[in-house]
Amino acid sequence: MKLAGWGQYPIVEAEVVAPHSVEELLERIQLGHAIARGNGRAYGDSAISSSNTIEMKNFNRMLAFDPITGQLVAQAGVLLADVIETFLPKGWFPSVTPGTKFVTIGGMVAADVHGKNHHKHGSFGNFVDWIDLITADGKVNRCSPEQDPELFNWTIGGMGLTGIVLTIAFRLTPISTSLIKQKTIPASNVVHAIEIFESMLDVTYSVAWIDCLSRGKNLGRSLVMVGEHAEIADLSEGLKSNPLQSPKKNKITVPFYFPSFALNGLTVRLFNFLYYWIGKRRAKSSLMNWDTYFYPLDSILGWNKIYGRSGFAQFQCVIPLLHASIGIKELLQAISDANAGSFLAVLKRFGEQDSRFSFPMAGYTLALDFPITQKNLTLMSELDMITIKYGGRFYLAKDSRMTASTFKQSEPRLAQFKNFQLQRETNQGLYSEQAKRLDL
Amino acid sequence: MNKGAVLVLGARSDIGMAVAYRFAQAGYDIQLAARNVTSLDDDRADIEIRNSIKATLHEFDALNIQAHEAFVTTLPELPIIAVCTTGYMGEQKESERDMTSASLVMRSNYEGPSSVLGILANHFEKRGSGTLVGVSSVAGERGRASNYVYGSAKAGFTAFLSGLRNRLSQHNVNVITVLPGFVNTRMTAGMQLPIALTAQPSDVAASIVAASAQGKNIIYLKPIWRLIMLVIKSIPEKLFKRMTL
Repeated sequence: MKLAGWGQYPIVEAEVVAPHSVEELLERIQLGHAIARGNGRAYGDSAISSSNTIEMKNFNRMLAFDPITGQLVAQAGVLLADVIETFLPKGWFPSVTPGTKFVTIGGMVAADVHGKNHHKHGSFGNFVDWIDLITADGKVNRCSPEQDPELFNWTIGGMGLTGIVLTIAFRLTPISTSLIKQKTIPASNVVHAIEIFESMLDVTYSVAWIDCLSRGKNLGRSLVMVGEHAEIADLSEGLKSNPLQSPKKNKITVPFYFPSFALNGLTVRLFNFLYYWIGKRRAKSSLMNWDTYFYPLDSILGWNKIYGRSGFAQFQCVIPLLHASIGIKELLQAISDANAGSFLAVLKRFGEQDSRFSFPMAGYTLALDFPITQKNLTLMSELDMITIKYGGRFYLAKDSRMTASTFKQSEPRLAQFKNFQLQRETNQGLYSEQAKRLDL
Repeated sequence: MNKGAVLVLGARSDIGMAVAYRFAQAGYDIQLAARNVTSLDDDRADIEIRNSIKATLHEFDALNIQAHEAFVTTLPELPIIAVCTTGYMGEQKESERDMTSASLVMRSNYEGPSSVLGILANHFEKRGSGTLVGVSSVAGERGRASNYVYGSAKAGFTAFLSGLRNRLSQHNVNVITVLPGFVNTRMTAGMQLPIALTAQPSDVAASIVAASAQGKNIIYLKPIWRLIMLVIKSIPEKLFKRMTL
């Protein structure tokens, strides 16, 4: 069948199976060139193998929960949304969450996802206690920081190329309310935004939305949004009696600011302008429900389709702290010069990260969506080069179009990763179209 | 707010598992019964964790009717609702050639389910409450060349449920006959099923939960099958016998 990631680009003719039992999985992986696929939320071809894509949707059981430590043992195909639905009413929340709740736990391991709290709590891997991994030889291996730490460390952020994640034990975080105390701080340009981030390192959650069409001294004009889990004392009297309740699920609606006609420079410009001024006017502290705060786009199912049939790509890089200011400025300048602003431009501070192959490093990450056009593909190659110049790297879960040589220049850890694969003989057994494209 | 337990017989089947999840969602404890039932432990754990109810496993073989009385009496509690989703389609051609195969189909769809529901009925009657749900099939409404061995067994089961309902109506025990048409399950995997006439296991489960609450007697899934079967049953035999259905 034809298969694509969330960006609907590239589209690949692929052999897809969805095994029902572990035995079937073991057989399937031994056919070689296997890659596990969760809910298909990686943007590109990370979870596609033309000859052997293995869907994990039937492995969706939660197996055990320890209410003392908050440790949940779950199969790889469990959706984060289900974890939240089950545990939020009991006072637990994911310790790390990406910007969508429609990811599987297996996918969260493979991409070692980060959230708005990375600067404080690191990536998802920090909260994983152990993994049961099916390796290419068709065996189930328990690995953890104590047991086969090499396998464990390369699997976290390993993009599914060390094996198929079957079961994960990971820790949730206790919360006392379902609400987030949010504050929006306008930043007049990117340097100002970075200053705000640096002054707010103690705050649990932070992220900035950038008006990427701002120019000159306003370049990188943005809204920095910071948040904390609200305590019961923060709630109004009416909410105090039921602090963990969730909002009623809204029907799927496309909000007014998504135009039904094709995206063009004008609509993007208008959107960015309005978003900034409306946000700035509302700049104050407020209580928000968890769903709107963490997953604003999840309420618009299929929002990826607004980019049309040719799809879109997300560019996401991180620039190390030392060069963050100048590097991000240069990236934004290139985008502004190309007049290619996107609806979603996000800036975020990363904290220190100690891992084998994960994306984050201490610095600033910038993420932008672009519809697939020749012009935008050229622009993104330019952004690649700027990133490499400043010693940055790229988020593989978002990538769909980088070249092997770009990737190699950005990734000094590549040789070690390949060594590990050779040593464990996973290089033949596991495969994705992305791995092939990036010679990974 | 303990609502009591729901016993699911044939819990490994797609319909059985969907029924278990639906009742768990509605706040009932769940008793999962199947052969090699320990292999359903992952499902048991998941049902418990997601719904904050108690789920237990119980070894059960529909064909081993001698063991049915003991099976029922050793349950941790007598369920408030019992749903029987066991069944076996077999291969019609195989059943025509080999009477042992035919017998297995007949016993799996008629003797076994009737035995266990009959025993549960006696216990429910004594208690004076409960709901028994039997998943039969529209295939039992009229015998057709393509699957009459399976159909005849389901016909027997449907008649059994009908009689049971008649007997127990005085004793505050409701009996629901579920008549699915096509259902998208592993049993029908690979068949070309018309989408408009094909139910999902979750639809069947939702209808069973609703029917239990409403005290219904006979439900068709999808409802359009009631009409289809009315038409099929009304075709004169003279004509019907020459048709390919």
